[in-house]
Amino acid sequence: MSIQVKQPVEGEHPMEKLLRMDRIPHIWCPTCGLGTVVTALAVALEQLQLDLNNVAVVSGIGCTGRVAGYMKLDSFHTTHGRALPFALGLHLARPDMKVVVFSGDGDLISIGGNHFIHTARRNVDMTVICVNNFIYAMTGGQVAPTTPITARSATSPYGNYENPFNLPLLAASCGAVYVARWTALHIRRLTTAIKEAMTKKGFSFVEVIAPCSTLYARLNKLGSGLDLMKFYHDNSIIRHGADVREVGIDFQSKIVVGKFLDIEKPTYIDSVNAGYKRAFGDKYKPYGGTHGGI
Amino acid sequence: MKASKNNVLAGQHYLDGNHATAEGAIAAGCKFFAGYPITPSTEIAERVSRRFPLLGGLFIQMEDELASMAAILGASWGGAKSMSCTSGPGFSLMMENFGLGIMLETPCVLVNVQRGGPSTGLPTLPGQADMMQARWGSHGDYEVIALAPDSPQESFELAIHAFNLSEKYRMPILIMTDECVGHMTEKVVIPPAEEIELIERRYTDKPPGKAWPFELTENLISPMLPLGQGYKFHITGLTHNEKGYPAIDAETQEKNVRRLIDKVNKHADEIIWLEEKDVDDADVVVMAYGISARVMQPAIAKARKEGIKVGQIKMVTVWPFPEKRVRELAGKVKALIMVEMNYGQVFLEMDRCAAGKCRTYLAGHAGGTVHNPEVIYNLIKESIK
Repeated sequence: MSIQVKQPVEGEHPMEKLLRMDRIPHIWCPTCGLGTVVTALAVALEQLQLDLNNVAVVSGIGCTGRVAGYMKLDSFHTTHGRALPFALGLHLARPDMKVVVFSGDGDLISIGGNHFIHTARRNVDMTVICVNNFIYAMTGGQVAPTTPITARSATSPYGNYENPFNLPLLAASCGAVYVARWTALHIRRLTTAIKEAMTKKGFSFVEVIAPCSTLYARLNKLGSGLDLMKFYHDNSIIRHGADVREVGIDFQSKIVVGKFLDIEKPTYIDSVNAGYKRAFGDKYKPYGGTHGGI
Repeated sequence: MKASKNNVLAGQHYLDGNHATAEGAIAAGCKFFAGYPITPSTEIAERVSRRFPLLGGLFIQMEDELASMAAILGASWGGAKSMSCTSGPGFSLMMENFGLGIMLETPCVLVNVQRGGPSTGLPTLPGQADMMQARWGSHGDYEVIALAPDSPQESFELAIHAFNLSEKYRMPILIMTDECVGHMTEKVVIPPAEEIELIERRYTDKPPGKAWPFELTENLISPMLPLGQGYKFHITGLTHNEKGYPAIDAETQEKNVRRLIDKVNKHADEIIWLEEKDVDDADVVVMAYGISARVMQPAIAKARKEGIKVGQIKMVTVWPFPEKRVRELAGKVKALIMVEMNYGQVFLEMDRCAAGKCRTYLAGHAGGTVHNPEVIYNLIKESIK
């Protein structure tokens, strides 16, 4: 019996422009949802036809925190929970750049929770993509502030009993201007959401429900990562404009997805400029704009 | 490069140390300040918030000190000279991202107006007990540069010096002042802009694709890569190689950490700044930094009047420790004395470097007030017995 070896495909990999090919293969597990979410961002960037020199990505720590290391952009892998304030500094020094924060639920909402509510409150102009896998994956599957009640984890071996956060509600009530949720298999809709979020002026938030194949799926006997990815997709209900108070997620429940919020509000820099204009009148030169940073 | 005229309030002023620090930072071209209110450092933030709007700078009061430190690192990578200020409890919180600043080799300035500790301690009274935290407060091995002003005038000057050092060595610089200097009001002379020399950031001269954020250079200081110009660089707090890519192995760890340490140590001679007086023929040398270097003056004057050969060293830089100089002196003098408002922190380094070649003494207390000069005088007398 002979083994047929496929000839390598000629030419550039379609993702080569946006991924650091010298860092591939990545560290993520097979059938982890992160691959499709990264692809969605890459496709969104291509379709938006942005100058890629003008886009920076900032991550915290964790599985999702590794995204910054694979995107061929100016990219920052910071400390646990501090991606948002680091990104805030970056944005305020260079308001002409698009800043995307790409991190996980534990990083952004648990250890980074205080920064999350304040960055949303200030309506800082950035896009936050939060991949929610309901668990601390990098450290071995511990309970998270997003773990649904009764779900098992390495540190909730008898089932979680703490109330999880409802992330769209949190983002919306703290001041975000754009809030959407999709699952990792809603690739086209997710890509559109990321495009909308990146076009939006202000704090835009996209939650992506993704499977953790190695830990969450295994500890809760939910099959393979692919099974779980399909489960999330097939059990989602698209409800644009849904009341964010009603989109909380229970263990293996239906998941409400869609664009929940899309409003206009002055951004942080708009507010800075309005405030100082009030105080100083024409003596004050507005901050920001094209290369109008520091 | 000279300071910008707009940023320099040239002339004679009557300022406290904190306001003088703020003016020094502004003169140095600081354009981004992120901080969280904490006594006794708040006057720095207050003055910056008043001065920045018409100077094109941006002040932001953050949700906490963790965020403040993270934000100034982000702003620095965005190209802005950036700073924060705090005191003990906030300094503890900042240690996490101070370590990131060290690891990412990020120019910025952090001021600690020290108060008494531990914990909440003495918010409105002075201390110098964060000196070892400045040295070792973030986890892992690294070297730091820390300055200690002894007056409002020096607060102004060292703020400029700190920014220059941060750009020259591409790292966060600490100003370890104290409540006494911070709240002491004195004459401060701010020179005209053209007399203020600034060191600007060195960016790579190589094109994208050929330049890396931690390129190995002869002097161990890598030029930075500018944001948004196509370099598409990656930086991480993980152990990384020259490219900035994570590499989790012992060999890369050795190279990465070794360089952070060597970068400071190999330039120690040019970084270390001591003000020595009457040291050459001294039997005993009194060392101190910050406010304690002024408080020791009456004690030294009294002892010298009595014919005791006492010299003094004011440490303008505390870290890196002047190891070579102390080893030299230890072979010549009978005793070395360290005056500091703690129970022996920088003293430990002095004692280590003296290596038993002379007697060593600590004039120390828990903080809350400066030393009584009489205590220092008595120690000088005792040391030459």
